[in-house]
Amino acid sequence: MAKTAIEAAALNKWFGEGEARTHAVKDVSFEAHLGEILYVVGPSGSGKTTMLSMISGILRPDSGTVKIEGSEIWSLSIDALAEFRLHKIGFVFQDFHLFPRLTTAENVAIPLILQKRNWDEALKEAEVDLEIVGLKNRAQLPPVKLSGGEQQRVAIARAIVSRPDILILDEPTASLDGDTGRNIVKFVREHILTDQRCIVIVTHDSRIYEFADRIVRMEDGKMTGIGRENLDAQ
Amino acid sequence: MGGILHIAYKLLVNDRAKYAALLVGITFAVFLMIEMTSLFAGILTRSSATVINIGASIWVMDPAIQTVANTIPLPDYVLDEVRSIPGVKYAVPLYSGGALLKLPDGTYQAVNILGLDDTSLFGRPILDGGNIQDIYAENAFIAVKDSEFYKLENPKIGAEFELNDHRGVIVGIAHVASSGLFGVPTLYTTYNRALQYLPNSRFTISYLLVEPKTPADAAAIKRQVAAAGYLALTKDEFIQKISNFYKYKTGIGTNMLIMTVISFIIGLSISGQTFYTFVIENLEKFGALKAIGAKGHELISMIFFQAAFVSLTGYGMGVGLCAAIIWLARLYLPDYAATITFYNLVLAFLMVVVIAAISSYVGVRKVLKIEPFDIFRG
Repeated sequence: MAKTAIEAAALNKWFGEGEARTHAVKDVSFEAHLGEILYVVGPSGSGKTTMLSMISGILRPDSGTVKIEGSEIWSLSIDALAEFRLHKIGFVFQDFHLFPRLTTAENVAIPLILQKRNWDEALKEAEVDLEIVGLKNRAQLPPVKLSGGEQQRVAIARAIVSRPDILILDEPTASLDGDTGRNIVKFVREHILTDQRCIVIVTHDSRIYEFADRIVRMEDGKMTGIGRENLDAQ
Repeated sequence: MGGILHIAYKLLVNDRAKYAALLVGITFAVFLMIEMTSLFAGILTRSSATVINIGASIWVMDPAIQTVANTIPLPDYVLDEVRSIPGVKYAVPLYSGGALLKLPDGTYQAVNILGLDDTSLFGRPILDGGNIQDIYAENAFIAVKDSEFYKLENPKIGAEFELNDHRGVIVGIAHVASSGLFGVPTLYTTYNRALQYLPNSRFTISYLLVEPKTPADAAAIKRQVAAAGYLALTKDEFIQKISNFYKYKTGIGTNMLIMTVISFIIGLSISGQTFYTFVIENLEKFGALKAIGAKGHELISMIFFQAAFVSLTGYGMGVGLCAAIIWLARLYLPDYAATITFYNLVLAFLMVVVIAAISSYVGVRKVLKIEPFDIFRG
């Protein structure tokens, strides 16, 4: 059996005060394993982004625990948690969030630079990852000169450059046209997923469900299903 | 440079429009601040030109004196009294007064006449031409070749003029450390000739120039002179007294201060506004950095570095621009009084530090407030 990468237990999150208080995530528990792609799907406002933020060490749950490879992350200090994310988790944001004033290679190298690696060494490693995503020849260009799909690949290269065990992709197809989005996720499935990596994708794009190993379905903050059978039902 | 600061540097300088706007804002502010304070420093220095050029250790004067230009003559007995004070090595009289000179072309020119003690010629200028002994020749004067020299029609040795119907002859051309404030040429002669050529009141000594036997004697000399009803000041004290007069008893100090504060506000407004926009535009990226694993203090160091870098670069450019403008102005305006001093530079630097601190404080607050969760929520 594959090793457990993420173990979320009884996660709860409330927002707001008084009458405006909303229970955004209600008692969500699930596991994600190394070597699998887990989708978190559901309509807007279902709590999937909140849940994603809690399992990735960005948003503190009001109750419940999150263990990454056996370690409870929310017992760490803020700085230790940042350090943990830097080494263990790679992020691909919906809008990519690439720095337009840096070159593509410099953008990719950012996690290594945050790890206090030598600038030139970090750029060299970034170029290796740009080669993996097929953009080595774009290394010296600013991201604004790249297409949406290429920018997404740069964001993926940035997410994997520090060799994290967990990769979080937030709506990876939302800013791309249908074919490009599908190709990106296919690429992630074929080239980025390894036995030692767990990929969690938040999406509501059903066209890419075929690349998931399992799906966590959420609605109104509650988890309504998980598993392969849930995927086959789509 | 740390990697994170290298990123900060690239984010700053690669945003050329904002970088240029920040540099222009700070450069302009620094230029204005240094220009204003340098003008004031120049005025203060020139206001003490006679004190600087004569170079006596101690000046004895009437207590009502406010600047070296406004003399109140001392009775002759004061000279004897001061000479009798234990600790006085020597004391000599100085005449300082204004006069109208009739030039060879018939025009009149106001001048400042300094009459040096006939015996010692204490306080004499450094001669560029002529012989100091010639000052004892009939009708002899030494002209100072400073920024006002041309007003005497650039006289050569032997040039003649009229002073109160007396014939005057230039016997030497000299230079001094500092030009005067009031834009009039200076002539040196002997004390007795000055009295002979110029109309005088009952008392004739403008100042007594005193040299103590040792520096430690200065305090006792000052006490003794004060006991006699007069005022003795060291050279530095006299310069300070003159400076205080211009700072606090004329509008010059207040006006310069207001202009300096306005320059500071202009610099703060431009750079603060531009830096704020710069941070706001990159705010989501800073949030993404936070999500990836950047710590709060690393983001703060990025902002501080950017603010410090642009401020120091702007400071250097502002100082350079100011120096260039003053140099250019002096080429065409010999009377231009601006002087960049160490204190001007320190003051402008401190103001730039404040501008950088306030600008970055706003940015830091924004960056610390942004939550990585906001990046996910879009």
